[in-house]
Amino acid sequence: MTEQVKDNVIFDVKDFNLYYGSNHALHNINMQIYKNAITALIGPSGCGKSTFIKTLNRMNDLIPSVRLEGSIKYKGQEIVNSDINVYDLRKEVGMVFQKPNPFPMSIYDNIAYGPRTHGIKNKSVLNEIVEKSLTDAAIFDELKDRLKDSALSLSGGQQQRLCIARALAVKPDVLLMDEPTSALDPISTSKIEELVLKLKEEYTIVIVTHNMQQAVRISDTTAFFLLGDLIECDKTDTIFSEPKDKRTEDYITGRFG
Amino acid sequence: MLDKKSSFNGSESIASLVFLILGIVNIAFVLLICIYLIIAGLPAIKEIGIIDFLFGTRWASTATEPEFGILPFILTSIYGTAGAIVIGLPLGFFSAVYLAKFANKKVRTTIEPLIDLLAGIPSVVYGFVGMLVLVPAIQVIFNLPDGASLFAAIIVLAIMILPSIIKISITSLEAVPNEYELGSLALGANEIETCFRVTVKAAKSGIAAAVVLGVGRAIGEAMAVMMVAGNAANMPSLFESVRFLTTAVASEMSYSSGLQRDALFSIALVLFVFIMLINATLNMLLKRGGKR
Repeated sequence: MTEQVKDNVIFDVKDFNLYYGSNHALHNINMQIYKNAITALIGPSGCGKSTFIKTLNRMNDLIPSVRLEGSIKYKGQEIVNSDINVYDLRKEVGMVFQKPNPFPMSIYDNIAYGPRTHGIKNKSVLNEIVEKSLTDAAIFDELKDRLKDSALSLSGGQQQRLCIARALAVKPDVLLMDEPTSALDPISTSKIEELVLKLKEEYTIVIVTHNMQQAVRISDTTAFFLLGDLIECDKTDTIFSEPKDKRTEDYITGRFG
Repeated sequence: MLDKKSSFNGSESIASLVFLILGIVNIAFVLLICIYLIIAGLPAIKEIGIIDFLFGTRWASTATEPEFGILPFILTSIYGTAGAIVIGLPLGFFSAVYLAKFANKKVRTTIEPLIDLLAGIPSVVYGFVGMLVLVPAIQVIFNLPDGASLFAAIIVLAIMILPSIIKISITSLEAVPNEYELGSLALGANEIETCFRVTVKAAKSGIAAAVVLGVGRAIGEAMAVMMVAGNAANMPSLFESVRFLTTAVASEMSYSSGLQRDALFSIALVLFVFIMLINATLNMLLKRGGKR
């Protein structure tokens, strides 16, 4: 592997195993996640893709029975079982959830929450961040006149884009998205997909999706998980046109899942 | 089939009639108390004059020229309740936050039954312990002729309202959806920031309801207060013997007669109005919380 390719690796996963108590949920995962690319994780329910994505920002720490083995390096730094500052990690590796989860506060306060948490108090700086984040999430024009309204008054699709804007406001490098469109209608879904494609210029994106068409439409790399194993990880075009593994082929052609 | 349905409707309507009657009985009790208090309480207010009654600063019900000013009782009740909230709220609130969000399971399962126990202790026991332990302690610590005082009553009330504040705060903190907390943690906020800036904020109407309930409990408490407050009809002062609205009624009722007895009913009416206002506030808060 050349040095240049190595520079492009944001997450380097080696022999990674995860256990929930005695349940071995992820087996020997090896993969790399590249900078400014969209990596899609696909697979049937319960295959471990959501579990895996939550390891990348250590949200799994919140589940008491979780045990990790192996190595995941984020920009060369070990994040598995190491004493890194998980709060700094989560600031750099943002997350968008399956169900839109804006805080029960105003739109403005939702976006400003992250920056305020990280010590930004200056009003004009905050204003700037709020405007920039909403603009980057392609929702500023819709919301600019109602920044003081409760975020809960927005539609589901708007709420999800607000959550993306909220994640962008802490200036992350990576955005983890755990089935961000599964609770949304087709129009909201296509808006989010457009947005994700645009965000790839500045951010590295890892997206879990149930929707294979979505993976085809937006991702550069696709990883197929099955029952806790990473079956295949390759360029999206390759995976969907000439999968190497029979199980991948069966899944993408709709024979199960 | 049709027969079965009509017989089901028959038993349904009997059941709803029974429940209706039970409901009406309940409401009738409340109305009865309400009407009785107004009828029994108004004559003395009329005779004494509402201004003299509510804002008179001297209560001398058994003097040859009796005076019936209840301002000392009203102010004592307000100060005592406010003091109990000032001490009890932070204590109860932070206990609730700790138990709901930070305590491990073992600590929680040990402490929570104890809090339930605290709620179940009869108020006369609170008063008894206050009388034997708290009052002498205050006397020694602050070097007073007598420790029975507003301060002693405030401490006892603060402890008595703890269980309801803790319980209701815990319930409302736990009702906050976990997704809010995950959202905050995913932005790099730590657990403490998440708790106070997201969870508590989302639970604030429930916590406000806990405070109002505490106020209601404190202002209505008679027995424990009577045993530690000294019961002299002074204008309130932290280390003086004082008399609350509740204790004013309770302490004279057994031997009162004539206008004095009527005036005691009037005091009860004033207390009743306070409680109604507190309940109305509580309902408003809960309704607003429910809307969210």
